[in-house]
Amino acid sequence: MKISGAEIIVKSLIKENVEIMFGYPGGVVIPIFHQIFNAPFKFILSSHEQGAIHAADGYARASGKTGVVIATSGPGATNLVTGIATAHMDSIPLVIFTGQVSREMIGNDAFQEVDVTGITRPITKHNYLVQDIKDLARIIKEAFHIASTGRPGPVVIDVPVDISNSQYKFEYPEEIHIRGYKPVYQGHPVQIRRACRLIESAKKPVVYAGGGVVISGAHEELRKFVKKTGIPITTTLLGLGIYPETDPLSLEMLGMHGTYYANQAVFESDLLIAVGARFDDRVTGKISAFIPDAKVIHIDIDPASVSKNVLVDVPIVGDCKNILKEINKIIKAPHIDQWVKKINDLKKSHPLTYENTKGRIKPQYVVEEIYRLTKGDAIICTEVGQNQMWAAQFYKYTKPRTFISSGGLGTMGYGFPAAIGAQLAKPKKKVIDIAGDGSIQMNLQELIVAVQHRLPIIIAILNNGFLGMVRQWQQLFYDKRYSHTCINFAPDFAGVAEAYGAIGITIKEHDEVVPALEKALSVKDRPILLDFHVAKEENVYPMVPAGKSIKDTIMRELA
Amino acid sequence: MSQHVISVKVENKFGVLARVAGLFSARGYNIDSLTVSTTEQENVSVMTIVARGDNRVIEQVKKQLNKLIDVIKVTDHSELETIERELALIKVTAPSSKRPEIYQLVEIFNAEIADISHKTMTIGVKGVPGKIENFIELLRPYGIKELLRTGRISLQKL
Ligand SMILES: Cc1ncc(C[n+]2csc(CCOP(=O)(O)OP(=O)(O)O)c2C)c(N)n1
Repeated sequence: MKISGAEIIVKSLIKENVEIMFGYPGGVVIPIFHQIFNAPFKFILSSHEQGAIHAADGYARASGKTGVVIATSGPGATNLVTGIATAHMDSIPLVIFTGQVSREMIGNDAFQEVDVTGITRPITKHNYLVQDIKDLARIIKEAFHIASTGRPGPVVIDVPVDISNSQYKFEYPEEIHIRGYKPVYQGHPVQIRRACRLIESAKKPVVYAGGGVVISGAHEELRKFVKKTGIPITTTLLGLGIYPETDPLSLEMLGMHGTYYANQAVFESDLLIAVGARFDDRVTGKISAFIPDAKVIHIDIDPASVSKNVLVDVPIVGDCKNILKEINKIIKAPHIDQWVKKINDLKKSHPLTYENTKGRIKPQYVVEEIYRLTKGDAIICTEVGQNQMWAAQFYKYTKPRTFISSGGLGTMGYGFPAAIGAQLAKPKKKVIDIAGDGSIQMNLQELIVAVQHRLPIIIAILNNGFLGMVRQWQQLFYDKRYSHTCINFAPDFAGVAEAYGAIGITIKEHDEVVPALEKALSVKDRPILLDFHVAKEENVYPMVPAGKSIKDTIMRELA
Repeated sequence: MSQHVISVKVENKFGVLARVAGLFSARGYNIDSLTVSTTEQENVSVMTIVARGDNRVIEQVKKQLNKLIDVIKVTDHSELETIERELALIKVTAPSSKRPEIYQLVEIFNAEIADISHKTMTIGVKGVPGKIENFIELLRPYGIKELLRTGRISLQKL
């Protein structure tokens, strides 16, 4: 029996056990939407395609499953671009369907035609233009496979409308064979033994773990490794939660706004054990002065990440979980009491802190109270800027997939739609978007989606009247010339929220912070926007000034 | 900076050339020559890419090439024993007084006179890239009006 291409798409999604699809309709995808209408999975209509793709991304990060998105050709597809790049940078599995003009029109500058595969080529793991309906089912199967395996990433399938409308039999392939794509999952035993020897003889080792541990689901193995070896551990922004930050061996986050002790420990280390992390420049600071004395073990599934920024002594290519499991079988603890003591002293002498005043609300205080009142059990999403860094620093993450943030691309406007996706993935969890007054404006239109689906997401705006992170740089490095970063003409956010049918509360006093949060946490049936008017010129510290070594981490403004 | 000859075995599909070339262009990297050829295997093409760059960058490009789904295999022929060939077409100014000399060169280099007119000769020459370079240098004094090279193809010996 022959069915339409559109129906093949929907049937394939059912085969892939898709629970939720995100998207927005348009001319050339009407045939597909025609089939989605009766599909057994949930469809979430966004207000903007960027909202749809960030929501799918948040869904993927919270659940570990592949996010699925659909948009129309032309502007629908170009509106996805920021979301595709965001997912690509952070290795998030997405399958994205875009409509395309019919095959005979391609290349004619037809209405709403853009070269989707051309535009998305450098920001996808792979992309397809379907040219023959015979290939459609196989392409979908391949796309899900490629998106979710190896180092995950977004895969785009561009579907010309005449393909959606033509007829073919439906056979979803059981297996696929892609000869150019064979991710390596098992670590090489010789390399594993070499790594163990290095670890056992190290005097000042540090574990530096990242988002790869989340993706691989290796947090239990990682915890076991740290327990067996007693080696202190720091994580990247995307690694927050893979190791409990409340544990004495946790150094919390490293890098540009990492803790002083994480940065010093890494700088002084004689062995850096990198697990599922990629030596991003926000982590390393000035690369030549990053780890002058350390040997490096690098465990990663992506061979292209190894020795890209830092030369590696023992690379182990494969899946973190498998490799850590093998290491845990044979590893013995190194003798590092002195080292651990030294780090503990550093923790005491240079704690992560801020000056809490009863005057203007301090943004860090809001984050601390969110942590206290949710008992660390919420899913925290963030926007980008100071809000993101304070959310990373002052909330203590103890479980993977509880911190959702655009790390690699640093996409303002990511956090709120991502929170929608996360809440849909985890209906029982409290989901909170920690936002800035600049970022929240970038996708606030998605509020209607949260209202429509009665999602009790809390938006906590740390409203400082500035594009704070840029202002901080202007203050520190550009003579305090606040060129176009003052945004104290914002709308009444609480009023905007109410207009959408959400709850809005403005908080101006220190003592109102806790009651407002308590109220917000009690709401179950709609989003709540909390507009915290916080200290205007608070800065994020510690900080590694741009171009400096991590050893030059500063704790406050230099005179 | 050294010259690398990278042989990339790819699925013979549309769009592959753009993916491969994109990895170079995104890094501001110039490709000296690029050939795409069908092979003994159906559905498999080989791209031979000659590019210059510091070793670390080339190393990274090779890894990124390997990551492309449509790339089956990447080999760096600068590190291996290979057989290389290239073809060039050269249009050179050739007044009758100079022609005997040019004929001689053509003979020595086993080249071929592909076309001839009142003022010019067009010569085809094939061989290893070094030979072609020599030939071009020897013709240069006569005045090269146009020059095209196919870019090299390179086959591993073993
Ligand atoms: C889409 C996008 N545009 C611009 C930037 C550059 N940028 C980084 S942080 C920042 C300021 C963010 O301001 P706000 O959301 O108010 O947060 P704050 O830093 O004040 O907490 C800007 C403009 C970005 N990261 N993303």
